[in-house]
Amino acid sequence: MAKQKNILPGFNLSLGYTLLYLSLIVLIPLSAAFIKTTELSFNEFWNVVTAPRVLASYQLTFGASLIAALINAAFGLLTAWVLVRYTFPGKKIIDALVDLPFALPTAVAGIALTAVYAGNGWIGSWLEPHGIKVAFTPLGVIIALTFIGLPFVVRTVQPVLEDLEAETEEAAASLGANRWQTFTKIIFPAIWPALLTGFALAFARAIGEYGSVIFIAGNVPFVSEITPLIIITKLEQYEYASATAVAVVMLVISFLLLFAINGLQWWFNRHANAAR
Amino acid sequence: MSIEIRNIRKNFGSFSALNDVSLDVPSGELVALLGPSGCGKTTLLRIIAGLETPDSGSIHFYGEDATARQVREREVGFVFQHYALFRHMTVFENVAFGLRVRPKETRPSDAEIKRRVHELLELVQLDWLADRYPPQLSGGQRQRIALARALAVEPKVLLLDEPFGALDAKVRKELRRWLRRLHDELHITSIFVTHDQEEALEVADRVVVINKGQIEQVGSPQEVYDHPVSPFVYQFLGNVNQFQSHIHEGEAKIGDVGLKLDAHHDTQNSSALAFVRPHEIEIYKERHGDSAAFEADVHYINAIGPLVRLELKIANKVELIEAELTQARFRELGLTQGEHVFIYPRNVRVFLDGQHTGGYIQQI
Amino acid sequence: MPLATTSQHSSYQNKVASSRATSEPVWIRWSLIGIVLLFLSLFLLVPLAAVFTEALRKGFDTYITALTDPDALSSIKLTLIAAAIAVPLNLVFGVAAAWAIAKFEFRGKSILITLIDLPFAVSPVIAGLIYVLIFGMQGWVGSTLIDHDLKVIFAIPGIVLATVFVTFPFVARELIPLMQAQGKDEEEAGLVLGASGWQILWRITLPNVKWGLLYGVILTNARAMGEFGAVSVVSGHIRGMTNTMPLHVEILYNEYNYAAAFAVASLLALLALVTLALKTFVEWQVARNASSHEKSFN
Repeated sequence: MAKQKNILPGFNLSLGYTLLYLSLIVLIPLSAAFIKTTELSFNEFWNVVTAPRVLASYQLTFGASLIAALINAAFGLLTAWVLVRYTFPGKKIIDALVDLPFALPTAVAGIALTAVYAGNGWIGSWLEPHGIKVAFTPLGVIIALTFIGLPFVVRTVQPVLEDLEAETEEAAASLGANRWQTFTKIIFPAIWPALLTGFALAFARAIGEYGSVIFIAGNVPFVSEITPLIIITKLEQYEYASATAVAVVMLVISFLLLFAINGLQWWFNRHANAAR
Repeated sequence: MSIEIRNIRKNFGSFSALNDVSLDVPSGELVALLGPSGCGKTTLLRIIAGLETPDSGSIHFYGEDATARQVREREVGFVFQHYALFRHMTVFENVAFGLRVRPKETRPSDAEIKRRVHELLELVQLDWLADRYPPQLSGGQRQRIALARALAVEPKVLLLDEPFGALDAKVRKELRRWLRRLHDELHITSIFVTHDQEEALEVADRVVVINKGQIEQVGSPQEVYDHPVSPFVYQFLGNVNQFQSHIHEGEAKIGDVGLKLDAHHDTQNSSALAFVRPHEIEIYKERHGDSAAFEADVHYINAIGPLVRLELKIANKVELIEAELTQARFRELGLTQGEHVFIYPRNVRVFLDGQHTGGYIQQI
Repeated sequence: MPLATTSQHSSYQNKVASSRATSEPVWIRWSLIGIVLLFLSLFLLVPLAAVFTEALRKGFDTYITALTDPDALSSIKLTLIAAAIAVPLNLVFGVAAAWAIAKFEFRGKSILITLIDLPFAVSPVIAGLIYVLIFGMQGWVGSTLIDHDLKVIFAIPGIVLATVFVTFPFVARELIPLMQAQGKDEEEAGLVLGASGWQILWRITLPNVKWGLLYGVILTNARAMGEFGAVSVVSGHIRGMTNTMPLHVEILYNEYNYAAAFAVASLLALLALVTLALKTFVEWQVARNASSHEKSFN
């Protein structure tokens, strides 16, 4: 098919423009990061990206992102289920509000969450007497990352749940399955690829997040300092090469995640189509 | 000749969609491209329209080479299988589209466009739907609007891709006749693609049977039905009983019954396929004359409608033979299920293995 | 991050909820609804309410003063400028990319789609960093820029570039699946009827994807106006000069001027709510169109 002459016009123009714009805005600037790191020898690079403070930031960033993504997988699935299957007053508004973390600027989310979960905040003042400190601790990081990842699982699982055919569940019921069996054996197998995709998206988003976290995290080195903040700190000290070294580590991980997600979606679509 | 198709080849990857196809379509005719799905008929239609480019070969319109001509310069009308109506435009705007996109110099005035569109909508008897949107129409209505839209640009050639494919049986029949009448009125050279032999035989002036990227036969509906030139055409057009047979010196042996042929006198020990149409079988309760007959039992009778369909089972054979009788003949015979009968094929056509043409008809 | 595509509210509960065999007991149903509402309240509603409460804590006058402060006004202006440049640029790109990808077959298409997604996978901080590496004082073209007295980093062009980067895929992401799903039939019909490429684009393709296009623009705009991390790296935080609204919020907040910080933040929160409302409206339109199609097909 590749050799086939195109009948519709505009292929060269549109593809050419796409590639040019993609190169100028994305590819060339991104390659700058990789080229910049070559200013460092491998040992220098290694020392920068494995410095104890940087390692501690990886641990926090990936650990908190993982926990946040897991929370979102559980509650996101539940939210999608409730929004698709049940009716209750205010459902349409709730459905629309799920996308708030996409729409709300991260800085606003950051200061709002801090205000709410700080020791004198609405929820913080209620948790503090119980010895639970949220703001300015790793727990705060998890809260912020849960907020910004919240829509992903809901929005990937929701359409799949909507498309499930009622007949298959009725068939399961008619064959004697109870509701829990129907869920675990019929519904869950159909939605878990979407759940996994949503989880991976939430995780990937959380790793790079900056704006909503820095206000609530407190940014104490070794305790509540995330990796993107390390990059900023190094930049402010004009340590461009070492800032870029840390950035390259994150970029590589992000790209791997992106490819994993694309692979997941490809696999998932293939399954969905084969089932038809 | 208004359209000449010369040695067209088209491959999709390793799949050969069209393999050296040549065809002449005379001016003013309504031609059907008939074949099973995947035979290349739609590809051929799209090549004629310019929507696909052939790997080699050429297309001539009225004697001029149009192979390199752009789609928009070919002056063809194309009716898509799923109509491809513009969803966001009213019926009126859909039909007017081809006139509105013309360059300023050749674009008709708004009043003229309005007049032409309404004329066309009246032609397809849907003027009252002008302000509706395509999703609000029934399948048959969409089909007719798609036709009106194609005719609006006054095409030299009208091409229709499975024009009735997406419609239910009743509407399909009505539209078929309507298309035939419309063609008789307008006399625009038209080619339509179909996989439905009944449709091709009923509507077209000429039928082009295509199989696996090659033309098997071209002829009037009568010709292709009565004188199929290959086993494929025999099987594809209408019901047929097929037998493995053995030809030796003018005789076709099917099982242990030997049928005399008027040809193949010089053929020695050759295997062949023999075809008999269900309505070309005579059935008797007793032996009748000296010609050879199959003995069989009546396996199943379906007497609904003007024709009675019988399934007959020859002793020691698994396949069933299908036969059709008129109601009158059926009553005359008074057949019942399980009855023993004698079968006389009135018309047997044999094709030697590895030989497409050169069949032969035996008259009893 | 790819947003989930326009969700269409199905009539699932109508089909299912009525049938006892495929629904849960009432107490389970309401418990699940309760858990979800509690979760969403803690994470969405309470913080949202907090923004407006904090903004108005010191009274309406303070609120208005904070918003009419010259620095605040100039940050609003800069935010609008950045969005006004980034949105059209990415809109044109999105249409071009979707046209090439949805209407043609070519090798490397899936790689191209993945590359378009790249900015979603990149941390905003890194998005800012890469432009500093190119246009900064020690960057690739830094000295050339200084020679010509041009400033990109710590100036408006840098802010615009970073904004373009982080909103790069939104329109393309919305349009590609939509245009792929619509196929090429209508475009081919237009071609046979004599339309030129531009006529097909303007009269057939774009009207058909108008809601998806609008959806993409809404998302692009929301992200463009709200971007913080990438812009923060390239802006230099010069008050009244290179501060966008989110950056202004940060400065005020770090100066412990909470009321003013939340006042500006409340504007951004309003923007978010308007975005959600528009988005819901578009989804509703799409669902309505889809159901009117379905009706006629049956």
